[in-house]
Amino acid sequence: MTEENREIPVLEVHDLVRHYRLPRESLFREPGFVYALNGVSFEIQKGRSFGIVGESGCGKSTLARNVMALEDTDSGSVRILGKEVVGLGFDKLRPLRRHFQMVFQDPYGSLDPHHNIGRIVAEPLAALGPLPKEEKEKRVRDVLVSVGLKPQDVEKYPHEFSGGQRQRIAIARALITRPELIVADEPVSALDVSVQAQVLNLMKDLQEQLGVTYMFISHDLAVVEYLCDEVAVMYLGEIVERGLTEDMFNRPAHPYTRILLDAVPKPGRGKKRERIKLQGNVTGQTERRKGCSFQDRCPMAQSVCREIKPPLAPVGEAHLAACHFSDEVRAKAATA
Amino acid sequence: MPLLHVKDLSIILSTNDGPARAVRHLDFHLDAGETLGIVGESGCGKSMTALALMGLLPEMSRTEGQILLDGEDLLQKTEDEMCRVRGNRLAMIFQEPMTSLNPVHTIGHQIMEPLRLHLGLSESDARAETLRLLDRVGIPNPTARIDNYPHQLSGGQRQRVMIAIALSCKPDILIADEPTTALDVTIQDQILELIQTLVQEEGMALVLISHDLGVISENTDNILVMYGGAAVEIGQTERIFDDLVHPYTQGLFAAMPKLGRARNARLITIPGTVPDLIHMPTGCTFTDRCPLASDICRNTPPPVVEVKAGHMVACHHVQEARHRKTEELFS
Amino acid sequence: MSDSRFLAFLQRSRRSRSLVVGGLLTAFLMISALVSLLWTPGTIDIVIANRFKPPSLDHWLGTDQFGRDIVTMLMVGTQNSIVVAVVAVSIGLFAGVSLGLLAAARRGWTEELIMRMSDFSFAFPAILSAIMLTAIFGPGGVNSILAIGLYNIPVFARLTRGSANAIWAREFVMAARAAGKGRLRITFEHILPNILSIIIVQATILFAIAILAEAALSYLGLGTQPPDPSWGRMLNEAQKLMFLQPMQAVYPGLAIAIAVFGLNLLGDGLRDVLDPRLSRKR
Repeated sequence: MTEENREIPVLEVHDLVRHYRLPRESLFREPGFVYALNGVSFEIQKGRSFGIVGESGCGKSTLARNVMALEDTDSGSVRILGKEVVGLGFDKLRPLRRHFQMVFQDPYGSLDPHHNIGRIVAEPLAALGPLPKEEKEKRVRDVLVSVGLKPQDVEKYPHEFSGGQRQRIAIARALITRPELIVADEPVSALDVSVQAQVLNLMKDLQEQLGVTYMFISHDLAVVEYLCDEVAVMYLGEIVERGLTEDMFNRPAHPYTRILLDAVPKPGRGKKRERIKLQGNVTGQTERRKGCSFQDRCPMAQSVCREIKPPLAPVGEAHLAACHFSDEVRAKAATA
Repeated sequence: MPLLHVKDLSIILSTNDGPARAVRHLDFHLDAGETLGIVGESGCGKSMTALALMGLLPEMSRTEGQILLDGEDLLQKTEDEMCRVRGNRLAMIFQEPMTSLNPVHTIGHQIMEPLRLHLGLSESDARAETLRLLDRVGIPNPTARIDNYPHQLSGGQRQRVMIAIALSCKPDILIADEPTTALDVTIQDQILELIQTLVQEEGMALVLISHDLGVISENTDNILVMYGGAAVEIGQTERIFDDLVHPYTQGLFAAMPKLGRARNARLITIPGTVPDLIHMPTGCTFTDRCPLASDICRNTPPPVVEVKAGHMVACHHVQEARHRKTEELFS
Repeated sequence: MSDSRFLAFLQRSRRSRSLVVGGLLTAFLMISALVSLLWTPGTIDIVIANRFKPPSLDHWLGTDQFGRDIVTMLMVGTQNSIVVAVVAVSIGLFAGVSLGLLAAARRGWTEELIMRMSDFSFAFPAILSAIMLTAIFGPGGVNSILAIGLYNIPVFARLTRGSANAIWAREFVMAARAAGKGRLRITFEHILPNILSIIIVQATILFAIAILAEAALSYLGLGTQPPDPSWGRMLNEAQKLMFLQPMQAVYPGLAIAIAVFGLNLLGDGLRDVLDPRLSRKR
C-alpha cells in the first residue's frame, strides 16, 4: 500500500450518531428513543475488507444504511473518497452513488420479482446518467459473466434462480458502476453452507481482480475471519473493539469479543470446553447508561465500569478496545 | 430394542409440479438418553423427518415405512392416539419461538394447558408446576414472569418458555428443530447448554436438527448427515470428524468457514446448488454435484457400507472417497 | 410479461373455477351491451298498443306497461350500467391510486393529510353521500357517476397506500434507492407493478359495487333519467305492478344479481391467480 492511498481512505466514518424517535406513549410523556448509533468512527483503506460484527440490535444495519446515505443521519460525518455525503441533497448525492453500492441480506427480497435480470443488474447505471443502449447491454453482460452467470440470463426473472444465484445477481448489480466501495449487509447469512462458500470465494476473487473495498457486515465471526483484513465489534451502537482480524481474534482485548469468539460452535472439537460466559440481560437499546455499555452482561464488571465510560484506546498495533481491563483480557487470551 | 426405530421411512409430498420425495428410505434408531444430531442443508428432509416423528406432516403428504416407538408404529396411529403421544412421550421445539407461542395468552397459561390436559392437574397444582418449570429453564423471577405475554420476553427467553412447555409432561424424546437458528450466538450458547443439562438430568433422548455442523458437533453423541432426503453418513460425533467419508460430508465440512483457520487457505466449494426434490436422480441424490459420480450413481441407490464400527456411509465409491483428500476431490 | 410467466398465469387461471365462471358471466354482460349498440330484438319506444304482451318470438320476455320490449330494455340498461361503473371506477382508480402512491412515497404530513381525509369521507355511508350529492346538484346520470366515483377515491387511496408501504419496506426498493433512483421513478418502476394485481382485484369488486349503487340511485329516481332505460328504474316501475306482473320485477333484479355475482367471482378468481405470494415462491 502506497503512502498516497493511505491519505484518502475509501470510507471515513466519524462520530456517527443515529437515534430513532419512538412513538409517544402518551401526550404528556416525552417520546423515547432507540439509541441505534452512538458515535461510531472508523476508516477503510482502498482494497481492504473491513468486517463489522455484532449481535442483533447492535446497530450494524443502521450503520450500513447511514453509510449508504439511505436515511437521515443525526450527526457525524461519512466521507467516501474524501467527499462528505451526510446532509447532501438527492441531486448532489446521485452522481456520487456510482462510487458506493450495496449488497443486501435477503436474496429473495432484494430483487424485484417483476423485473428481468438485465433490468435489475442495470439499475445502478441510472446514477451515471444516460448511456447508449449497446454500452449498457455490454456492461450487463460483462458483469454477469464476472460473477459466474451467463449473458443469456438477462431475459430471465428472479424466481428462476436459486438463492445463491440470486446473491450473485445482487453482487453483479452492485458491481456494474465499478464502485470503489461495496457495503455488504449479511450477504451470505441466508445461504446454505455449500453455497455460502461459493459466494464468499467469489467476493474474494472480485476483490483481487477489481481492487474493490468491502464493508462487510455479519453476525458470523468465522465468515468475517475468512474475508476481512480488519474487524470492528459493535455493542449497543458503539464500536467496543477494532483491529486487524488475526491479531484481534487471537488476542481479543474486550471481554465481549472474547465471549463472542467462545460462543461460536466449532465442529470436530468434541463437546463444549470451559469458557467465560455472559451474564445478565441485554440492556435495551432504549436506555442510556452511565459508564460502560457492556456493564450489565460483563463477567468482569467492577464499580469503575458503572461510573466511567472506557474510551476506545490503543491496546496494540492498530488495535483499539474500549475496556478498563483490556490488558487483563489480552493477558488471559495469551495464556489460553 | 431401541426406544425409537425409524425403518425405511419415505415421505412423499404432492406439489403442484408433481410428487416430491422429501425423505427417502431413512433408517436410524435412538436409545433412551441418547442424543442424535441430524445435519443438512435446506431441502435435505431433516425438518420433514421431525414432523413425521411428531405426526405433524402436512396434509399433502404420504409416508412409507415405519416409525417404531417402543415397538409401536406411530404411522399407524390415529390422530387421537397421536395426540396422547405428542407432549407425553415426544415433545418438540421449533425454530421461531415468536410464532410458536400464542400472542394472546400469557406464557403461564400456555405452559399450564398441557399440564392440565395431559396430566389432569388442578389449577393451583398446575400453576405451582409451571413456576417450577420456568425456574428450571432459567427464567429469572418466575412469579413475575408467569403472567407475561410472549411479546414482553426476549427471543432467548421465549425459546426457554418453549422448552418449558416441551418439558412439562416429561417426554421420553425431545425433538429440537433448529432451536437456535433465529438467536444470537451468545444466546444460542445459553440455550444449547440448557438443553444439554436438561437432557442429561431428565434422562431424555434428544434429536437435534441443525444446518450448523458446529452446533451438532458440540451437542450430540451421534450424527446423521442428510442430503436430498437421504441419509448419506452416520456415525459417532466424537470420531466422525477425523474420518469423514462421503464426498458430500467432506465438501460440507470443508466449505464451512471455521474460526482460527488460516485466512489464506481458500474455502472448498461444492459445485452447483441444492437441488429441488422433484428432479432428483433415482439413485444417489448427490450425483449431480459429486466429483466421483459415475453412471451407476444416477440410477442405483447407493449401498450402505460400514466403514468402521457404527460409522455408516451410503456411497457407491466408498474406497475412492476415503482415500482421496477433500482438496483433491473438489478442485 | 415473458412467455414462461404468461404460461404459468394461464395454468393457474385454469385451476381457479371462480375465475372461469366469473369471467364467463362478465363476458356475457359485456357482449350483450355491445350487441345492443348494433342490434336489439325490439325497441324501447313506447307503443301503448303492445303493452303487457306475454313472452313470444317477437318479445322474448314480453313487454311492459308502455309496450317496451323487456329484453331490449335490459340490454340497453346493461350499457348504461357498464358506462356508469367504468367511469366511476376510473375516477376512483386514477385519483385514489395517485393519492395512495403519493402518500406512500412522501410519508410524513402528506400521508397524514391524505389518510385523514379518506377517514373523513369514510365516516359517511356511501349511498347517503351519493344521495346528498345528487340532491345538491340535481339528479341525472353524470351526477350519479360523480357521486359513485368520489366515493371510490378513498377506497383506492387506502388500499394503495397500505400495499405501497409494504413494498417500500422491501429490500429491492432499498437497492433502487442505493442505485440513485428518486421517489417518482421508484414509484413507477417498482411500487406500481408490484401492487397492480391487488388494485385490479379491488377495481373488479368496486365495479360490482358501482353497478349496484347506480341501480340503487336510479331506483330512487336520482340516477339515470327517463327515457334512458336503467335496471334500477325498471325495478322501480315494476314495483307498482308487483301483483299484476311479478316477472317484470324479477328480470332487472336477476340482471343486477348476475352482474354483481359475476364480477365478485371474477375478483376472487383474479385474487387467486394474481396473488404475488403464490407466484413469488416459485
